[in-house]
Amino acid sequence: MKEKSRRWTRMNADTMKITHEILGAAFEVAHDLAIKVNKATKRFGTRTVLDAIELDVRRGETLVILGGSGSGKSTLLRMMIGSVPIDGGDIEVMGKSLCKLTATELDDYRKSIGVLFQSGALYNSMSIADNVALPLREHTDLTEETIEVMVKIKLELVGLREHATKLPSEISGGMKKRAGLARALALDPKILFYDEPSAGLDPVTSAEIDALIIQLNKVLGVTSVVVTHEMDSAFRIADRMVLLDRGKFIVSGSPDEMKNSTDPLVRQFVYGLTEGPLTERKRTGSYESDLLMENI
Amino acid sequence: MKVFAPITFLGKTTLAVIEFLGSLGLLLRDATRMVRPALVTGRGKRMGWQNLWYQMVRVGINSIGIVSLVVFCIGAILSLQMEPILSQYGAVDKIADIIGVAMFRELGPLVAAITLTGFAGASIAAELGTMKVSEELEALESQAISPVRFLVVPRVLATTVMMVCLAVIADLMGVLGGLFVCTFVLDVSAELYLRATFTAIVMKDFVSGLFKAGVFGCVLSLIACHLGMNVQGGAEGVGVATTKTVVYTIVALTFIDLGFTAAFFYLGL
Repeated sequence: MKEKSRRWTRMNADTMKITHEILGAAFEVAHDLAIKVNKATKRFGTRTVLDAIELDVRRGETLVILGGSGSGKSTLLRMMIGSVPIDGGDIEVMGKSLCKLTATELDDYRKSIGVLFQSGALYNSMSIADNVALPLREHTDLTEETIEVMVKIKLELVGLREHATKLPSEISGGMKKRAGLARALALDPKILFYDEPSAGLDPVTSAEIDALIIQLNKVLGVTSVVVTHEMDSAFRIADRMVLLDRGKFIVSGSPDEMKNSTDPLVRQFVYGLTEGPLTERKRTGSYESDLLMENI
Repeated sequence: MKVFAPITFLGKTTLAVIEFLGSLGLLLRDATRMVRPALVTGRGKRMGWQNLWYQMVRVGINSIGIVSLVVFCIGAILSLQMEPILSQYGAVDKIADIIGVAMFRELGPLVAAITLTGFAGASIAAELGTMKVSEELEALESQAISPVRFLVVPRVLATTVMMVCLAVIADLMGVLGGLFVCTFVLDVSAELYLRATFTAIVMKDFVSGLFKAGVFGCVLSLIACHLGMNVQGGAEGVGVATTKTVVYTIVALTFIDLGFTAAFFYLGL
């Protein structure tokens, strides 16, 4: 009887230990996640743009979301920043469900992230310095002198300190992106979202922006989510990549894994091949029906 | 099926009008809710007085010249048009009474508002439309800055206040236009003209005109902001929004004016 009781106690202890370890590991994983996309769905009319997609973004990593034009990657980014409502599923950012946030909580969330838009989206009537200063003036009680110093620091970080007084119309496309990045950094965000950071830039400027993204990731330790279809840029900056096609993630992996993938669709996208499933799809009926659907 | 085409068109138009009015109502509600916090609370909610002043200069001060010129000419035109008819009854001296009442009650605010639609309404729609196209509105939202508080409230407040001020200037310039023609063309003395004008006009003419002007300013800016912020597509969309702003505003101002005039008529004001 005593032996039985001892075995029971030992079994109980072992079970508790295992449960504790499992729960601990789960907590660690959950704690380690910056963003968790849980079966998120987005529809525009009858068209499903994102179909119950799942994605985890770990703290401190740079995740690149790849996909062709119209694949839904920019929509996903806008859902993550709370600009586009989620039709189904959920997105959790730093443990908070975006679907359940009140207006005030959504504002607080937005203050904790930074977004670099495709065009830079600088306010054209304001100087570069005022663009960077705006979130600080709006959301902090800092004095003008302190704000001035902070603006200089942010502009120095992106190499634009000497252009602070210029208007957006007086600077180049690459400089606009860097100024947009300085503005996104104004409130020291925990997560940075980049929408096509290299789009429309020459190769050298594109490489400079990529270097800046890597530097910010290392120096500030922010989590970065980058949406792009520029493969050179993606391979330079990514810790991990996912490929979005027709509203679903079809592959996820490191840059090396993506390069060595045997999936014909991934290979066609990564290497920009003219022959493959993507072009095949356009030749077949599904493309024609897509066209017909759009015409309807 | 062609038999039903007019009915379909009518139904679609009615729905579109209701939807448009509903959207304007929601924008007005949001803007109204944000006026008080914008005026009295701290950072993250306030309006930015510099921005308000800039809008007042842009909408009001810069349009004084063009509004004055247009209303002055209308005053002069009215005098010339009325003279042949009134002279048949020996009542040329009544020109001053008619122009005074017409300007203060009706034409001053209405013509100023229509001129301002082309001058400032189109400009507001184009500006906000371009901001929408270049992702600036989305950038504001992503930084937890409400575009309604930051962009719409200053524009609506500035246009409403400046429209009232412009109406006063328009009233006076219309009277001056009539005075100019009467004095230099129709041989009516300036003293007689001015005395007749100030005898004919009563306080309710002036106040009702200013009240209408305030409403016109509010409606004008709301339509411009709403259409600008809802631009679809690129440059073409901005052009469409600008044109729609001018057309919709002129139609809206005319209907509102008709409503006010009918209401004042039945209320004996």
